[in-house]
Amino acid sequence: MTTATTGRTEVKGAVGTAHTRVEGRDKVTGAARYAGEVPFADLAHGWLALSTVARGRVRSIDTDAVLGMPGVLAVLHHGNAPRVDTDYIGLLGIPPDPTAAVFQDDRVPHAGWPVALVVAETPEQAREAAEALVVTYDEEPHDTALTSDHPGAYPADGHMPAETEKGDLAAGLASSAFVVDEEYTTPEEHHSMMEPHAATALWDGGRLEVIDSNQGATWVQTELAKMFSLDESAVRVRSEHIGGGFGSKGLRAHQVSAVMAATVLHRPVRVVMTRRQMFSLAGYRSPTAQRVRLGADGDGRLRALEHRSLNQTSTVYEFVEPGAGVARVMYDADAHRTANHVVRLDVPSPTFMRAPGEAPGSFAIESALDELAERCGLDPIELRLRNEPEAGPVSGLPFSSRNLAACFREGARRFGWAERDPRPGMRRNGRWLLGTGTAAASFGAGAGPSTALLTAEADGTFTVRIAAADLGTGARTALTLVAADALEVTPERVRVRIGDSDFGPAMIAGGSMGTRSWAWAITEAARDLRERLALGTTVPPEGITVRSDTTAALGALAQKERHSFGAQFAEVAVDTATGEVRVRRMLGIFAAGRIVNPLTARNQLVGGMIWGISMALHEEAVRDRSTGGLYAPDLAGYHVATHADVGDIDADWVEDHDPDDPVGIKGVGEIGIVGAAAAVANAVWHATGVRHRSLPIRPDRVLSATAPTAGGGADA
Amino acid sequence: MAPAPSSTSSAVTLNINGEKHQLTVDHRTTLLDALRERLDLTGTKKGCDQGQCGACTVLVDGRRAVACLNLAVAAEGREITTIEGLAEGDRLHPVQQAFLDLDGYQCGYCTPGQICSAIAVIEEHAAGWPSAATEDVRPEAGPPPLTPEEIRERMSGNLCRCGAYVSIVQAVARAAEAHGEADTESAKETAA
Repeated sequence: MTTATTGRTEVKGAVGTAHTRVEGRDKVTGAARYAGEVPFADLAHGWLALSTVARGRVRSIDTDAVLGMPGVLAVLHHGNAPRVDTDYIGLLGIPPDPTAAVFQDDRVPHAGWPVALVVAETPEQAREAAEALVVTYDEEPHDTALTSDHPGAYPADGHMPAETEKGDLAAGLASSAFVVDEEYTTPEEHHSMMEPHAATALWDGGRLEVIDSNQGATWVQTELAKMFSLDESAVRVRSEHIGGGFGSKGLRAHQVSAVMAATVLHRPVRVVMTRRQMFSLAGYRSPTAQRVRLGADGDGRLRALEHRSLNQTSTVYEFVEPGAGVARVMYDADAHRTANHVVRLDVPSPTFMRAPGEAPGSFAIESALDELAERCGLDPIELRLRNEPEAGPVSGLPFSSRNLAACFREGARRFGWAERDPRPGMRRNGRWLLGTGTAAASFGAGAGPSTALLTAEADGTFTVRIAAADLGTGARTALTLVAADALEVTPERVRVRIGDSDFGPAMIAGGSMGTRSWAWAITEAARDLRERLALGTTVPPEGITVRSDTTAALGALAQKERHSFGAQFAEVAVDTATGEVRVRRMLGIFAAGRIVNPLTARNQLVGGMIWGISMALHEEAVRDRSTGGLYAPDLAGYHVATHADVGDIDADWVEDHDPDDPVGIKGVGEIGIVGAAAAVANAVWHATGVRHRSLPIRPDRVLSATAPTAGGGADA
Repeated sequence: MAPAPSSTSSAVTLNINGEKHQLTVDHRTTLLDALRERLDLTGTKKGCDQGQCGACTVLVDGRRAVACLNLAVAAEGREITTIEGLAEGDRLHPVQQAFLDLDGYQCGYCTPGQICSAIAVIEEHAAGWPSAATEDVRPEAGPPPLTPEEIRERMSGNLCRCGAYVSIVQAVARAAEAHGEADTESAKETAA
C-alpha cells in the first residue's frame, strides 16, 4: 500500500500543450480494434437485404430457397422477427427512427429499407444468400423530389423552435437602401465516415453484450434496453475505437438486427453495413432550399433579415435540418424572421451531420452577406463588424463571450486581406481566375449531464472511467490532459478508459459537446478525490474510487448565449477552360474557448474546413426520381475531398475566455465546417464575378454560368 | 474452422509479414477477408470493399494493392506486407513514427492504408516513377522533387474522411526526407 499524492510536486499544466494521441501507437500499428474486429468463437454473420422499391408493401419473401443454401442459418423478416418497442423517448429526448426498428411490418417507406437479415456461417455465404433472396412488393407511387414550393411543407421544431419573428419585415425591407433577396440550395450529403457501421451481439450469462461503433455507449445501451424491453443493467455496449461518426453513429439497423439474430440463434452474430447500404440506412444531411432576404441602411446596418430553410424528411421520422437557426445567433435587425420547414417524402430518414443546420444555413446567409457587401460597396468584413449584435438577436440573452471581431482581425492580418482588390473577375494567371472570400462561423457550446468514475490506484496512478467516445476527435487524449491537470499530476500517471456503458451515463460525442461535458465530470471527480486524499488517506489495494455527476452543476449554469465563433478565409483558382475550382489556400481563425490539445484541435478544425471545401465543390448525392434511389451510392459516385483537392490549409485560434464557465472548453468538432463553403463560394464570385447559390460548384455549373460583363456581376 | 478443400474452396499458403499461413479458403474470399476474418490480422481495414477508398491498402511484392480487389486464392506465392508487419519490435517504421508524431490521422480507420500507401509512394518516387503532378516526365529528368503537390497526387487513392490530409502530407514528407537521408548515408558508406 502506498499513499497517493496529488499536487505535491510542481507539475506543469498539460492542457494547452501539444500531446500526441495516447492510443496513437495502436492506430499506426493496426493494433487498435474497431467494432467489427473483435473475434468470437462460433461467430455467425448477418447480411441485410434492402428494398428495391421506394414505396409499397412486401408481398412475399422466398426464404425457403435461401435457407437451403450452404451455411445459411436463418432469415429474419417482418413475418418472424422478434417484436420491439418503439414507443419511447431516448437519451437525447427524441423518439427512435423506425428505420432502426427493423422487420416490424410489411411497409416499405423508401428505397433501401431493410426487409430481411440473412445469417450464415461465413460472410461470403451470408452475402450470396442475401443477394439471392427474392422479395416481391406491391408497389405504390412515390415522391422523392424536394422542391422549394412543395405543398406538403410545414414548420417543424427539431432541436430548436421552428419559427421566430419580431418587427415588421415588409416595412423593414421597403425602407432599406440595399436589399438582397436570393434563393440558395444545398444537395443531399452523406457522412461517409471511413469505418462502416458494425456491431456484434451476444448473450453472455443472461446479459446482452454488444460490441459496436457508436457515438455514445450508454446512448445505444439505453436505446437497446428500451427497444427490447430489458433492464438497462442487462445490456452492455462497448465501443473502444470508432472510425468516425459525424452524427451518423447512433442506434441503427445493424445493432438491432444483430441483437435479434443473436437472440434467435443463441450465438454471437455480427452485422456490418456495406458501403452502399450506408447510403440509405445511416442517415444523411437533407438537401435544403433556402431563401434569404436582407435589407440594410446606406451604411450597411441591417434593418430587415429573413431566413427560411426547407428540408426533406422521411414519412416515418421527422428530422429538421435547421438552416435558419444561424441568424438567431449571428445577426440582428429590427425586423427579424427565421423559419425551418420540412416536407415528408418517400426518402430515407436524414439525421444529424456535422453542424446540422449551421453548415447549410451558413452557406446561405454568409453568401447573402457577401452579396449585401457588394451592393453596399463595403468590405465584407467591415459589413459584418458593423452588424455585431450586443445580445442574442432572438433570445436577448448576453453572450458568454463573442470574439468574432478578434477572429476577423487576426485572420485578415494573416491572410493578407488588406491588399485585396474588391472588384470581381480582375485577377488572371494563365487560364486561371483568382479570387478570395471570407465568411463568419458560429456553433453552440453546450454540455450534457455526465458521470465519471475516478480511481486513485495503490501504485500511485489514476484511472478515469467514463462512457465517452473518441470518434477520432482526440477525446481520449484531451481527457487525459484534463484529468492530469485537475489532479495536478503528469499525464503519464493517468489512464483514461472510455467506450463502455458499464462506466455509467455520459453525454454522447455530438453537438461539439462531448469533451466539454466529459471534462466537466472528470474535473468534479478529481476535486472530490483530492479532498479525500488530502486527509492523508492510505490507498488500499483496490484503490479509492469517487463518482461524479454533473447534472446539478449544469442546471446551475447561468442562461447565456454560449457559442464558438470563427472567421473563414479562402483563396480559389477557377479554370476558365474546364470549370474546375481549386482551393489554393484556406485559413480559419476561431474563438473556441480553452484549447485542450493544440495538436489534435488544429487537426480537427482543419478537418472541418476540408469538409467545407468538399461541401462547396464535390459532395452531392443525386436521387433518381423514377426509382427513388440514389445514382451510384458509393465512394466513386459520391465524391468526398481527397488529398489532391486539399491545398494549404491552416487553422488557429484567439484567446476566448468565459469567466463564469467552470470548464472553459467550447468544443471544436463542428465549427470548422461552418461558413467554410460560403468562404469558397464568395471567393469563386471574387474570381469570376459569378454568384453560385447552388452547391456543389461543379465544373459544368461554372462553365454554363453567364460570363461576367465588365464592372457587373452574373448569376449561376 | 478450416473446411476441407472442395469445388468451392482451396487450400492455400499465404506469405504474410514473412510468415507462412496455411488455410482453406472459399474461392470468393478476398485477400482482405482472409486477413481480417481468418487470420485475425484486422489492422487492414474495410472501408468500402470495392476498391474506392484505399483503407485496405497492403504491399504485395513491395507494391501497393487494395486487398478487397484481390482474391485470397490469387495471393499464393506473393509476399504480402500488412500494417502489422512494418514495425521492428518496439521500433516503429519511420512512416508510422511520422504519422504518430505529426498527428497524421484522426479516427485511425484509414491510417493503415495511408501508411502502406505512403511507404510505396516513397519507393515509387525514389525509383523515378512520375505522377500526374510531375512537370518533367522524361526518364532522364530523374525523380521530381517530392513536393506537397506530388505527395497529394500520389496519395489520392487513400480517402480520409476526417480530413487529416494536411498532417498526413507532412508526415509523408518527413518520412521521405528521412528515407532520402538514409539512402544518401548508405550510398556514402557503399562508396567508402
